[in-house]
Amino acid sequence: MAHASSYKPNTAIAKWFDVRLPIMRLMHDQLQDFPTPRNLNYLWTFGGILTFFLVVQLATGIVLAMHYVPHESMAFDSVERIMRDVNWGWLLRYMHSNGASMFFLAVYIHIARGMYYGSYKAPREVLWVLGVFLFLAMMATAFMGYSLVWGQMSFWAVTVITNLFSSLDSIVPGLGTTVVQWIWGGFAVGGPTLTRLFSLHYLLPFVIVGLVILHIWALHVPGNNNPTGIDIKTKSDAVPFHPYYTLKDAYALCLFVILFMGFVFYAPNFLGDPVNYEQADPLQTPPHIVPEWYFLPFYAILRAIPDKLFGVIAFAGSIGLLAFLPWLDTSKVRSTRYRPIYKWFFALFIIVVLALGYLGAKPAEGVYLLFSRIGTALYFGHLLVVLPVLGWFEKPSAMPGSITDDVLGKGSGGSRPSAASASPGRR
Amino acid sequence: MRKFVSPARNLAFGLAGTFLFAAALVVAPPQAVGKADQIKAQSWSFSAPFGMYDRGQLQRGYKVYKQVCAACHGLRLVRFRNLGEPGGPEFSAAAVKALAAEAEVQDGPNDDGEMFTRSGRPSDAFVSPFANVNAARAANNGAYPPDLSVMAKARVGGPDYLYALLTGYKKAPGDMKVGEGMSYNPVFTGGQIAMASPLDADSVEYTDGTPQILENYAKDVSAFLMWTAEPKLEERHKLGFRFMIYLFILAGFLYMAKRRVWARLKH
Amino acid sequence: MATKTVEPNRRDFMTIAAGSFAAVGGAAALWPFIDQMNPDASTLSLATVEVDLAPIEEGQSITVSWRGKPVFIRYRTSAEIEESRSVKLDDLADPVARNENVGDSAPATDQNRVNVKNEKMLVMIGICTHLGCIPKGQRVGDEKGEYGGWFCPCHGSHYDTAGRIRKGPAPRNLDVPAYDYISETKIKIG
Repeated sequence: MAHASSYKPNTAIAKWFDVRLPIMRLMHDQLQDFPTPRNLNYLWTFGGILTFFLVVQLATGIVLAMHYVPHESMAFDSVERIMRDVNWGWLLRYMHSNGASMFFLAVYIHIARGMYYGSYKAPREVLWVLGVFLFLAMMATAFMGYSLVWGQMSFWAVTVITNLFSSLDSIVPGLGTTVVQWIWGGFAVGGPTLTRLFSLHYLLPFVIVGLVILHIWALHVPGNNNPTGIDIKTKSDAVPFHPYYTLKDAYALCLFVILFMGFVFYAPNFLGDPVNYEQADPLQTPPHIVPEWYFLPFYAILRAIPDKLFGVIAFAGSIGLLAFLPWLDTSKVRSTRYRPIYKWFFALFIIVVLALGYLGAKPAEGVYLLFSRIGTALYFGHLLVVLPVLGWFEKPSAMPGSITDDVLGKGSGGSRPSAASASPGRR
Repeated sequence: MRKFVSPARNLAFGLAGTFLFAAALVVAPPQAVGKADQIKAQSWSFSAPFGMYDRGQLQRGYKVYKQVCAACHGLRLVRFRNLGEPGGPEFSAAAVKALAAEAEVQDGPNDDGEMFTRSGRPSDAFVSPFANVNAARAANNGAYPPDLSVMAKARVGGPDYLYALLTGYKKAPGDMKVGEGMSYNPVFTGGQIAMASPLDADSVEYTDGTPQILENYAKDVSAFLMWTAEPKLEERHKLGFRFMIYLFILAGFLYMAKRRVWARLKH
Repeated sequence: MATKTVEPNRRDFMTIAAGSFAAVGGAAALWPFIDQMNPDASTLSLATVEVDLAPIEEGQSITVSWRGKPVFIRYRTSAEIEESRSVKLDDLADPVARNENVGDSAPATDQNRVNVKNEKMLVMIGICTHLGCIPKGQRVGDEKGEYGGWFCPCHGSHYDTAGRIRKGPAPRNLDVPAYDYISETKIKIG
């Protein structure tokens, strides 16, 4: 899209197709010849890794659904039947459950990379917002999938999270209760709830596929950002996607799959909560409710707020605010590499998120609660105060003149970020 | 040689991020259900990456389960045929048939429309001692002896927890009031458990010369319950080994291919 | 300052080696996704069923379920057996016994369709060998076809009193499953 097509159909069939459905041209231009900055580091391989895990989750999920029974009295046992009797069932199920964790690990690195290098700034706002939608869809899918096991943690996670909607009662009395009963299909979480969660868990991944296509489209219009945040100016700044980045992505993917398979084969239950191996019991809550690790930071924020409604608002806001990042950040420089002050705030933000993750696994009391509140304040402070304010007075450090200069080690002390090319579309 | 420095640094950066996550996970494991400080890691034949079950231990563990635990605890997810399948106790086909035949299984309805009992077949599941939770509670002073099929995965510490629990019965400290019909066991949440100490030395006969002491009974039955919870562990460890070797070779190939291609760029 | 990008050779041998190695692994990884659809361990273990033949009276038929398929058991009358034995092998559409308890090439004589311990009792899988419908002929009022055995209503296959195909599109005689007498009046199928 951003470059002239170099595709030349060389067989009669290829020519025939090219004037009717130029799919080969699309593949050639977007996946083979696409001009990609030559300086992308390994953090840029996580887009490909995420695509791979989407495929893994879809493939294992579709075959698991062939054996799973979404019924309140049979769901738990059907999962165990998959683990014991279905050919390779244990492998497929452990791949699916650990694949979800790997998916989130990869998406967090992907998001952090986007934030560090300012990949959300103009002209990539739509790309970023689509990414936030993808993240939300992923969270919903993972949550529903976890509920299907119908263990104690599944059941009580559904109960607690669906009950968040009852906070609407404090706006319009009765509304929350009505909504929650509508979600449950009853007066408590039960069989009807499980069946609809299963239906939606099967549906949402295809919504994710659609969003991913839009996300890649929105990426290929402006092209990739890169560690310098400087746009491609000359031909020497870019390399064709294939074979340079196909091989680099494949290598990084292989390393990541080693981590994934290490979990699957040698610690398949390490990332899960043991309590979920107890069948759901609607009459007894486990002594300590914890979500899966990838929800912990947001769970800590939810619990840090003493008011039910405001807790829910903070919980939703902690994710929803990410969509406004392109407009909250006022800096003219994309890459944090050239932002001497923001660098430290970014590091603090990462530490805050990790700390919130730690606190989310701890009981909401005493010193843990205090730190959760401090962490929540810092989280929102970063998004709502640091990002808008810092951009106005931070003096960026010297930037190289171009991507090529950066790669070849020239140009330190070259141009200033006021150079038109480095400014993200504010002209 | 700048080209080698930069990707290496970037890779290190990425990996550092990954490890930071991993470290965060290790630091923040889910809150223990039992008291973690009471649970000591035992050495198990199956815990290492290439670990396998000890057949003799599983067979002894089955015996302990059958003669002691089965009075109150079911294993509804386990089938008799599993006892003969590879990666488990691996009883002979004849032994599996005999063990299954000891069970009374409800079947039916017959031609008269009535349920009847028959002796078990290898394809039958273990029969739980109580028909349902209410019957179990009624027979056990209100306490429910849980099904043990996946218990080794349902508690922090797994088999270590089971071992610690079974060997953890002690005399209650003077200042603690232990409830009627309860036993003091510091490993159990709350320190009081409705199950009286189930294992005593010499209560189950071992025919292979293993000393008939409490610790051995506890260890063998914990290993057996690990197998009932994770019957495909051996297959997993074996397949994992091959898969990992393949992945490491592939990573090597891809790294070399990537280097060759990137070396074409002028630096 | 501008770096000249050398046109990359896409047929680099290392890339081909890595690609082929990845393809082999990818193909192997497909197998679990295919094999998971095969009958699972619990299905395979439910392979036998025991049937008490004592309550069946002469001329009566019963149907039992084995591996999810109907098994036809008929206590045949002397007239039915006589009729079946009088048929010449040359007149049969399928001259092979199709009985798992005798050899693969055994001729389809009446004796080869039953167990020598009780030649009156005919045991076979009640699934038409054409396209899998269940033939009629088990119940008293059923149409039994031109040869007095079974008749498949789907595409008009006629089976005789030994379950052999005599007329219609079905290619084979009804299959006789592996079974044996475990007592005077009890059989074990599978």
